[in-house]
Amino acid sequence: MSISHAPPGSPAPDIPETSPRDAVEPTTSALTRAPDPGLEPIVPTSSRRTRVPRWLRRTTGPVLLLALWQLLSSTGVLTADVLASPGRIAQVAGDLIADGSLASAMTTSLQRVAGGLLLGTLIGTGLALVSGLFRVGEDVVDAPVQMLRTVPFVGLIPLFIIWFGIGEAPKIAIITLGVTFPLYLNVYAGIRGVDAQLIEAGESLGLSRWGLVRHVVLPGALPGALTGLRYSLGIAWLALVFAEQVNADSGIGFLMVQARDFLRTDVIVVCLIVYAFLGLLADFVVRSLERLLLQWRPTFTGR
Amino acid sequence: MATDVHRPVNPQVTEVSGTEAPRPARAVRVQGLTRSFDGRAVIDDLRLDVRPGEFVALLGRSGCGKSTLLRILAGLDRDIEGTVLVPRRKAVAFQAPRLMPWKKVWRNVLLGLPGKPDRTVADQALEEVGLSHRADAWPKTLSGGEAQRASLARALVREPDLLLLDEPFGALDALTRIKAQRLVGELWQRRGCAVLLVTHDVEEAVLLADRVLVMDDGVIAHEQEIDLARPRDIADPRFAEIRGHLLARLGVDTAAEAA
Repeated sequence: MSISHAPPGSPAPDIPETSPRDAVEPTTSALTRAPDPGLEPIVPTSSRRTRVPRWLRRTTGPVLLLALWQLLSSTGVLTADVLASPGRIAQVAGDLIADGSLASAMTTSLQRVAGGLLLGTLIGTGLALVSGLFRVGEDVVDAPVQMLRTVPFVGLIPLFIIWFGIGEAPKIAIITLGVTFPLYLNVYAGIRGVDAQLIEAGESLGLSRWGLVRHVVLPGALPGALTGLRYSLGIAWLALVFAEQVNADSGIGFLMVQARDFLRTDVIVVCLIVYAFLGLLADFVVRSLERLLLQWRPTFTGR
Repeated sequence: MATDVHRPVNPQVTEVSGTEAPRPARAVRVQGLTRSFDGRAVIDDLRLDVRPGEFVALLGRSGCGKSTLLRILAGLDRDIEGTVLVPRRKAVAFQAPRLMPWKKVWRNVLLGLPGKPDRTVADQALEEVGLSHRADAWPKTLSGGEAQRASLARALVREPDLLLLDEPFGALDALTRIKAQRLVGELWQRRGCAVLLVTHDVEEAVLLADRVLVMDDGVIAHEQEIDLARPRDIADPRFAEIRGHLLARLGVDTAAEAA
């Protein structure tokens, strides 16, 4: 009783035995012997291309760039005040790791991001649920949030310093603020974008209002929520950089500010690499979450 | 007991349920039903009775209000005037299967059932529609016919006294459709529930139904008992006769073909 639309498994010819073999024979042999002057052969792509693996070709560019950079530094064209050489940067990175200062700076920065992210996620998702699920909530919450959203959050740093002093609080607050809005927007859009037909189907199955929210609306909003989380993570790092360059006494930003004062371009570059690495790591985490939570999606191709 | 089984879709007309006999002689009772969209009555003073266990097909041109009627009977559209009495236990299968894509097939089947039903309940229903081997699949991996059968299992697991089918075979290819029609016929005979099948396929209606209704201008314009023996044969000349008659009612002239 299986009626699945599986592709035909047998490698049968497209047009099997439509004409007798001997009828085709003369034409075929004529073709192989003397090709028609009007025809040209289609050469398979694989036989034309050189056999260099793609990953090797793709690494060539960055490696060449690094080599050029090293060359310019070694010949003295690029001085250490402007930009340290790749070799020097690697060495400094090794030192910073060895004496533990990089690890402790990373821990501090990660804690700030985690704190801000947690708070921002709670606030953003909470507000989105209120305005997404309730008509009244939308009227009360959406307008102020949309207004606040237009304020560049970095511009609030001075105000936050006045309110929260110069400790950890203003840094976490600025990250929280940056994280809240993209999450709010995406979760809200996700909730409102849930297929009305599915909601109706849920109603016809006898789901209560809470049942509809739990089994239909929230799972339906999940892809949007994860998109929001991705944006939020990007902004969280950005907010961290801003927050840490204003009177910090620890963290990666502090390392950078300190390095700036001593013209240590090597340390600055190491910190930039660390930022990039942490950003990649965050992206990886969200991707893994998507892989885990969105397996059901018809459009999902990450497997 | 009667008020338990029968429940008005619109709570404003509760007084009518008092006139019901202790044992319901009807699975559906609709009187004076009117549904308007922007002042235009799509359903206008409609009357409809369905006996328990009866298979009724509802035919009509697109836009004649047949789907609206089904949505009203399903309790999905309550912006109505008139009396509508339907069994408490009813289930709907839509044209699109409307499975929750984030739930595996068996969880879809159990969705909305009261209490914490066991998985075996879902497995039994899936077995009945020949889909037990896909219980653990995501809906996205089902073919059109499989998804529709899953949707049917989801409706049947509620053990409905009234099964509402809204063009459930409309999106299926011709071969799958024939199999699905046969399946619905078998399930109905086994379950003995009343069925209201909304369709625009006259052949399907004559093949499956005890009674075919033609809806036009917001009312049941024509009604025909199909007394052919089951299983029915499309090649039967009486089948063709009924089919031609119904098509004529729908404004398609098949006199030449029927003769």
